[in-house]
Amino acid sequence: MPKLKIASYWASACGGCDVALLDLHERIVDVANAADIVFWPIATDFKYADVERMPDQNIDVTFFNGAVRNSENEHLAHLLRKKSKVLVAFGSCAHMGGVVGLGNLFSRKEIFDAAYTNNLSTENAGLTMPNLETKVPEGKLTLPEFYNTVKKLDQVVDVDYYLPGCPPNPNRIFEVFGAIVAGKLPPKGSVVGASEQTQCEKCERKKSEKKIPGFKRLATAQPDAETCLLEQGFLCMGVATRAGCEHRCQKSNTGCRGCYGPPPGVYDQGLKALSAIASVVDADDEATAKAMVDAIPDPARYFNRFSIAASPLHRRSV
Amino acid sequence: MSNKIGVYVCHCGTNIAGTVNIPELVEFAKAQGDVVVAREYKFMCSDPGQALIQEDIQKLGLDRVVVSACSPLMHEPTFRGACEKADLNRYLFQMANIREHCSWVHVDKGAATEKAKAQLAGAIGKARYLAPLIPKKVKVNPATLIVGGGIAGIQAAIDIADSGRKVYLVEREATIGGKMAEFDKTFPTLDCAACILTPKMVQVGQHPNIELLTYADVEEGKGFVGNFEVKVRKKTRYIDEEKCTGCGICQEKCPYKTASEFEHGMMKRKAIFMPFPQAVPKVPRIDPNTCVYFKTGKCKACVKVCEPQAIDFERKDEIVDIKVGAIIMATGYKLFDAGKIAPYGYGKYPEVYNSLEFERMVSASGPTGGDIKMKSGEKPKSVAIVHCVGSRDRRHNEHCSRVCCMYALKFAHLIKERCHEATVYNFYIDMRCFGKGYEQFYQRLLDEEVRFVRGRVASVSDFALDESEKGKLVLRVEDTMVGETRRIPVDMVVLANGLEANADAAKVGRLFNISAGKDGFYIEKHPKLAPVSTATEGVYIAGACQSPKDIPDTVAQASAAAAQVLSLMSRGEIEVEAATANIHEELCSGCRVCNTMCPYSAISFDDDKHVSRVNDALCKGCGTCVAACPSSAIFAQHFTDQQIFSEIEGVLHDVRA
Ligand SMILES: Cc1cc2nc3c(=O)[nH]c(=O)nc-3n(C[C@H](O)[C@H](O)[C@H](O)COP(=O)(O)OP(=O)(O)OC[C@H]3O[C@@H](n4cnc5c(N)ncnc54)[C@H](O)[C@@H]3O)c2cc1C
Repeated sequence: MPKLKIASYWASACGGCDVALLDLHERIVDVANAADIVFWPIATDFKYADVERMPDQNIDVTFFNGAVRNSENEHLAHLLRKKSKVLVAFGSCAHMGGVVGLGNLFSRKEIFDAAYTNNLSTENAGLTMPNLETKVPEGKLTLPEFYNTVKKLDQVVDVDYYLPGCPPNPNRIFEVFGAIVAGKLPPKGSVVGASEQTQCEKCERKKSEKKIPGFKRLATAQPDAETCLLEQGFLCMGVATRAGCEHRCQKSNTGCRGCYGPPPGVYDQGLKALSAIASVVDADDEATAKAMVDAIPDPARYFNRFSIAASPLHRRSV
Repeated sequence: MSNKIGVYVCHCGTNIAGTVNIPELVEFAKAQGDVVVAREYKFMCSDPGQALIQEDIQKLGLDRVVVSACSPLMHEPTFRGACEKADLNRYLFQMANIREHCSWVHVDKGAATEKAKAQLAGAIGKARYLAPLIPKKVKVNPATLIVGGGIAGIQAAIDIADSGRKVYLVEREATIGGKMAEFDKTFPTLDCAACILTPKMVQVGQHPNIELLTYADVEEGKGFVGNFEVKVRKKTRYIDEEKCTGCGICQEKCPYKTASEFEHGMMKRKAIFMPFPQAVPKVPRIDPNTCVYFKTGKCKACVKVCEPQAIDFERKDEIVDIKVGAIIMATGYKLFDAGKIAPYGYGKYPEVYNSLEFERMVSASGPTGGDIKMKSGEKPKSVAIVHCVGSRDRRHNEHCSRVCCMYALKFAHLIKERCHEATVYNFYIDMRCFGKGYEQFYQRLLDEEVRFVRGRVASVSDFALDESEKGKLVLRVEDTMVGETRRIPVDMVVLANGLEANADAAKVGRLFNISAGKDGFYIEKHPKLAPVSTATEGVYIAGACQSPKDIPDTVAQASAAAAQVLSLMSRGEIEVEAATANIHEELCSGCRVCNTMCPYSAISFDDDKHVSRVNDALCKGCGTCVAACPSSAIFAQHFTDQQIFSEIEGVLHDVRA
């Protein structure tokens, strides 16, 4: 059997997804035995031009991590789509927009203002802003265009599979790789490397009928290690998040952040979690409920931390 | 997914057709995907209208039907029935409400037509994904709970119990009878209230099919039509009801007294007491706030004289669980507190009475033995009756209390009867004497030379401007017949307080999922066509808890509610909603968010399988758990995400790019 040709690309992301691939440790050797890496900017020296020269569908599987934030991301998304048989949205940003998608709560202008003018550590009296083109004596310099709105990968190109997580758990990555090698992939469009059920299914914490007496934060309180975090009043997105990460957060006594995305059939992970949690707050009147909810400092970013770009509302309108 | 949808647009006479361009709407429907036929008709709900649908189902093989007409509350059952007669499952029918939601609330014909299109497209969108459902049948528990033992509760209890079915009658006070037990005579016939009420009270007390729970409160209600479960708290009387013979000797010997609530403080009662001698059940209770034993641990005068040893100071409240198939709310009303209108001087001047106090004064068994006299012991030479106290008054209650004009006439008559010399004034806004024999009663009072002054009284005071006003209560009123302000001095003032909903009406209603209006009175299912039913199947309302009304109307409503209950009971079983929630067990992660949500207690948790379950006999399909389920493992049949999203897409048909 000829060796598989695989690629990994890092679009608008933090780099954690590529590190997760490296976290396969010695198993990376098994990967290398079964596949040739034909494009992986972080680890191998290939240029975009090398990819452009490839015949279409030359790559068997591309793992695309990161959201589509700028024109360079978008160009590579189209390019890799064309050159790959199977395109996998890898990690939360490609899957749902991820943390990068929180940018959709602001406009490009607001982001640029914060980054280049209105902050404590920048002096920019001349109000210099990134330009698409800048003339210098040597010629013309260009920058990719920064879009107003972040998109997840499948809002730009057709995607075959989604491998969630921020970053994906290396064990899941290896399992999915095994499935690819064995040709045992589920139907196109599936989420792979994650369970159909939510975190609660296998969470070892003790659960009872849910009633939340009030919300607490890790900054000021310490949860016990045995009881369901939500029942203790610590926000946990586990109720509306697929399992697969091996409960990394809950095991370190922290509520799930939701990076594995919603279970099947859920359109908006944040709204679902919000509606579930709102349903079980122990308040009989509006004033009590309001006081409780006010203890959650930033609901939009809490509940849709990874999924703003994927939610039906998509962005704040500005 | 369907591919043969029939669409029917109703004119509803001019109700819809006057505002919505029907031919345009029909053309629009025809252009929608999967629609194979679209028709219009003057009245879709009529027999020929329904026949249109049935014929099309059979001839064209329609697999979904959409009717664009009025509210589904009104005619969904009609059209579902029509579909079923043509062998199309009733859940494959969808309605677009273009009357209440469109033509009745808009005037711009063009805009209304566009809105109707959006509504219709939504209904078509939903219809595409409808799935057939089969309703289940459940048995009806043949027992009935009646809450409130006034004349309404009493009448309904007797009607139902006489048919051989069990009734639990729960009354908050220590006796049944309600307000009527406080009256001496009743308008317009001047029947003796006790003579017509007491036999009914006794009948209730002795009826083999009626279980009377007095001095008791309903605390919890759950379940659904045919199968309600209710928790009742029987507050302790400190008396063993089984042992007590009602001889009354304890009451006689008790050395401690306090103001009688039943006599509105105008008489004393003992610490161990029955509210009045004809009370049913004939069992006293001890009021621990007055009884000295509860304060000092000494006395026990009652224990010493009680032969059957029925008194037990240690006795606690008792919780009684009852299961019934139907519930009638008959909790009555409360009197408007005249103290809220300070210028009338109620509570300030001893000779200003509220109407129930006056009822006791004229009662032969009341504080004065039926004599109308002032605190001084003298008979009044002039009495003013002030109408509409707290009624027809935007500061208090907007409604007309319906009975005050008539009881004011009754009072005027009784004053004339008992104080021949007295001048009696009625200060009224309008005389409302609409019942059978009421106008005649009014005429009779005119003949009895009662004076009628048309105008709302401004104030009552003891401030005298001249000799003739000294020592009197002076009413200031604009006499709208004469067109000037008058001062009228009298000896006694009787206020005709309006009727209000009980303070806790909304709270009690919530136990059984029935709602109260802004004024606190319970809301009937339909003001004309279903006046004793409520939005909750199996829960009915009767008497003054629905709105102020007199005894004849109360009794008629009570019998109507009883008839509804008996009709339900004689069916024996009922179909329950098939549009229930369901759980995909393979998707349920056992997070237990839904467990405490269900207002019908239909959800339970399976500890072994680690999943939640919905009992579909209990589920009413409200969707609370569906919204709460964070993993979409729970879905609402007939309201699936797919159906709803398709409906939304339809509504937004012209918005989408
Ligand atoms: C001064 C006055 C004079 C009137 N005179 C006449 C007249 O002459 N003729 C006439 O036709 N009408 C008259 N009416 C009207 C008459 O009072 C009503 O029509 C009648 O009392 C209504 O009966 P009901 O059973 O609905 O309510 P009610 O008589 O108010 O009885 C309700 C019962 O329910 C009980 N209850 C309330 N809440 C609860 C609860 N949560 N749990 C358990 N029990 C509860 C109450 O204790 C009460 O016993 C008069 C009204 C007034 C104010």
